[in-house]
Amino acid sequence: MKKVEAINIKKSFGQLHTLEDISLSLEENRFVSLLGPSGCGKSTLFNIISGLTLPDRGEILIDGEVYNGKTGRVSYMHQKDLLLPWKNILSNVMIPLILKGESKNQAEKKALEYFHLFGLDGFEKNYPNQLSGGMRQRASLLRAYLFSKDIMLLDEPFGGLDAITKRKMQHWLLEVFNNLNSSILFITHDIDEAIFLSDEIYILSKRPAVVKKVFQVNIGRPRDDNTFTNVEFIRIKKEILNLL
Amino acid sequence: MKRLVNIREQVVPISFIAAILIIWESVAALQIVPTYILPAPTKIIISLFTNLPVLKEHILVTLMEALVGFVISIVFALFISIIMDSIPVVRRAIYPLIITSQTVPMITIAPLFAIWFGFGYLPKIIIVALVCFFPITISLLEGLASVEEDLLNLIKSMGASKVQLYKIIKLPSAMPGFFSGLKISGTYSITGATIGEWVGGKKGLGVYMLRVKSSFATDKVFATIIIITLLSLGMLKIISYIERKAMPWVHDKNNMVWEDE
Ligand SMILES: Nc1ncnc2c1ncn2[C@@H]1O[C@H](COP(=O)(O)OP(=O)(O)O)[C@@H](O)[C@H]1O
Ligand SMILES: [Mg+2]
Repeated sequence: MKKVEAINIKKSFGQLHTLEDISLSLEENRFVSLLGPSGCGKSTLFNIISGLTLPDRGEILIDGEVYNGKTGRVSYMHQKDLLLPWKNILSNVMIPLILKGESKNQAEKKALEYFHLFGLDGFEKNYPNQLSGGMRQRASLLRAYLFSKDIMLLDEPFGGLDAITKRKMQHWLLEVFNNLNSSILFITHDIDEAIFLSDEIYILSKRPAVVKKVFQVNIGRPRDDNTFTNVEFIRIKKEILNLL
Repeated sequence: MKRLVNIREQVVPISFIAAILIIWESVAALQIVPTYILPAPTKIIISLFTNLPVLKEHILVTLMEALVGFVISIVFALFISIIMDSIPVVRRAIYPLIITSQTVPMITIAPLFAIWFGFGYLPKIIIVALVCFFPITISLLEGLASVEEDLLNLIKSMGASKVQLYKIIKLPSAMPGFFSGLKISGTYSITGATIGEWVGGKKGLGVYMLRVKSSFATDKVFATIIIITLLSLGMLKIISYIERKAMPWVHDKNNMVWEDE
């Protein structure tokens, strides 16, 4: 079943033609990455899918319904953790539940259920600036997850982390993905990361952006460090490098 | 450790002040300048304590005017800055007016308020409110406008209403600015009340100051200045204390940073 479908999306900002013609689809419980040069309009596409920005042309379908310009359906996570410094981690991740009108008690209870899975046990009362970058990103992901569990848009979530933390986070995400029951769209410009995590990779061209090619990553799960030396992995990586 | 460093840092300014006081005391003791022009520091302190019973009611009046005016200005500043922030047209219309109004020295319009509102507490309270309004409003406006666009978008994408946006994001992130505005205004409030009282009235430190001035009791004038300074400092301390309590995330910062396991 198709959770998200973008059909012939076009978007310009004045003279700046960012997205020329983008079509993509995200099947249920799949992990799909978008790989493209910086500034080609990947974040813009996420803004369009999440309803914050209207496309000039084209349609966004979510569960088969038109969702152009409608916010509040999918969850969205940025490279910056965007946690509120004045709220502790628990209060931060609860925000979407509170916005949906749930009581504080109920929201706390629901949020706490996931602290273990997200590796945040014991940090409920800490402020964001007391946590490491990786933990903050996990909290940010949990907040997104609590907003909408079935469809998540992750915009370079590990882009701001150092190499070692990033590697740990990739492994962690791969592992929890099996428990999340989510369909994920993932922006990155790290080729290894895209192949390691994804079922499918869309390669976007530079501005005005079109879909250059779609790769199916037929590498079984669970994946681990050996995945990086997998024949299929190397084949796809070579092809992508040739394209870019 | 920190305390030790603090003390070491304070040695220089404290000795400097002590030196000035000693020179001042000697100048007065040697009668180089007449007492009614420059009374000795010890004389000022003695006068401060002996007049404390009289001063007390003046202090209370000034403090009351300052606090009432201050609170009124906070309410108005919150109200106006939220409206200005949420409706850009209003911001553009009012902003220049607010800035310009600040170039009018309060002391020059204080007599007007006496004509309009008499010699009671009201004109003083209005003056305090006017003096305090500007720093709070400007810092609030800056704080409200400085919220990260991505953060606003994120919370909007979660379906937050405009009211929720202010409650959850904008007002809390304007807090540091708000408090720096409060600290400036809080110290102004005492001076503002005193200026209001200079124009006329029955009680208050400004009234008392004029009275002792005209009888050349310079030591009492100095004593009043000390009290006004102490009150202003007190306001600053109290606001700083509330600020620390209200923004624990700023002050807990260096406690610990956890690493990934
Ligand atoms: N609201 C906007 N107004 C004008 N230009 C924009 C806006 N948002 C993005 N852009 C421009 O569109 C281009 C694509 O931006 P973005 O989607 O953030 O790229 P990416 O995420 O692929 O790096 C950039 O050149 C950016 O400056
Ligand atoms: Mg981007």
